Amino acid sequence: MNAKTPSKLEKIMAAGHFGVTSECGPPRGSDPDVIRKKGELLKGYVDAVNVTDNQTSVVRTSSLAACIHLKLIGLEPVLQMVTRDRNRIALQSDILGAASFDIHNMLCLSGDHQSFGDNPQGQNVHDLDSMQLIQTVRKMRDEGKFLGGDEIKRPPKMFVGAAENPFADPFEIRAIRLGKKVEAGAEFIQTQCIYNLDKFEEWVRQARDRGLTEKVFIMAGITPLKSVGMAKYMKNRVPGMDVPDDVVKRMADTPKEKQAEEGVKICIETIQRLKECKGVSGFHIMAIEWEEKVPDIVKEAGLYPRPQVD
Amino acid sequence: MITAEQKPMEEIIASVAPFNSILLVGCNECVTVCAAGGRKEVGLLASALQLHFFKQGKTLDIKEITLERQCDPEYVEELVNSVDRVDAVLSMACGCGVQTIAARYKEKLVFPAVNTKFMGASERQGVWSERCQGCGDCVLGITGGVCPIARCSKRLMNGPCGGSTRGKCEISQDVDCAWQLIWDRMKALGIEKRYEEVMEAKDWRTSRDGGPRKIVREDLAS
Repeated sequence: MNAKTPSKLEKIMAAGHFGVTSECGPPRGSDPDVIRKKGELLKGYVDAVNVTDNQTSVVRTSSLAACIHLKLIGLEPVLQMVTRDRNRIALQSDILGAASFDIHNMLCLSGDHQSFGDNPQGQNVHDLDSMQLIQTVRKMRDEGKFLGGDEIKRPPKMFVGAAENPFADPFEIRAIRLGKKVEAGAEFIQTQCIYNLDKFEEWVRQARDRGLTEKVFIMAGITPLKSVGMAKYMKNRVPGMDVPDDVVKRMADTPKEKQAEEGVKICIETIQRLKECKGVSGFHIMAIEWEEKVPDIVKEAGLYPRPQVD
Repeated sequence: MITAEQKPMEEIIASVAPFNSILLVGCNECVTVCAAGGRKEVGLLASALQLHFFKQGKTLDIKEITLERQCDPEYVEELVNSVDRVDAVLSMACGCGVQTIAARYKEKLVFPAVNTKFMGASERQGVWSERCQGCGDCVLGITGGVCPIARCSKRLMNGPCGGSTRGKCEISQDVDCAWQLIWDRMKALGIEKRYEEVMEAKDWRTSRDGGPRKIVREDLAS
């Protein structure tokens, strides 16, 4: 696959290297230092940093504003956009806004239902779904046209991503759904956090059989567990998350003060194993409010130093 | 049909408390079927209100009537004599009925006694579920007879989100994942291939986004 945009992330994976991304959740306030500090922790260890868009439907500083802060301190942002809060006018407008700051990566999502957040009384928009948002940004980039058909002066140059959850139901639809996202125009995929490696590898195998891994960069989602409590919470409370019993047991069998270390160890083992999984092009390390651990994970997983591309 | 549920008693009492006489109007259509505002419910509500005000030492004069169809001016005309003799109207019909009365009797206050809920179908005795949002451009023919707009919490048009677990929606164990239902039905019909086609951005102009809607049938219009 050849790079089609100025995105460094795209160039790295197109050159055959594993891509590495991480994630940065904007604050529930307007202090830009929170974002900058998180960004500084990740600098040099990842190729690009996702900025979440009001994740779990909780109001935070906007993804676009936080992306700009990261860009200004020299990081490459991935603008996450959910279709929950904005209609097609606002979505296209924000894509242009991001493009005006030369933000070159975008992740198209539907977003958690607003009932999970701090404004459950609100409406959800879903004028477009994530699939249609992918189509929209690809049309803007490739045809230089808005969804309505009018021409765009200086079109965006986005490397277009989407999420997939190989562990959600129905499982048999998941690789087919990935195919649909690729057909809609997704160029990279960041997956849900992986703890059930067998199931993940089965999903990648299905994607390979459909020829999809030749068309899209799959970045495996990795989240270090901090404690057995977190493992249980993820297993039982987070919709669409698959944490097998043996992972929970491994954390439970570890003394409390060593659990965080064990969580990181699991992460590194996961990356090592998935490096061998044909069709995996990179890793998306989501260390939730634990960004300082990302450099260690990247180094110990043998993903450091990061490759340089023009 | 249109489903409705009676409002909390306190709210109904507060709306009629300032008056000495009211006309309580039921409807013989949808609200009768979902047991929210038919003849029977009109009788029950009238008794409950009278009892409440009697305990407070006040008499509320309630005239009961149940129309064939409250959303039809022809039937609403039947109220012409009784409306003049009351202070206000309390309607047990859906919002369409309430508005038809309000439009016809401009000088009279009209209060709703029910909350209109959704267009739904009966699942079993006493249980109704939302089935249609009236988007104005039906997709049931391509989604295996299950509507993603009315039944997916995010009205996704291209498959289940990442929150679908064991056939249930991420918002509640009591809500079926619409896309699981669609997929199961497509499989049963042997039309799974259809799922692979991307449904493009929907034109919502036919829905409420295009503004208040109207149907004009020239062949029937008088």
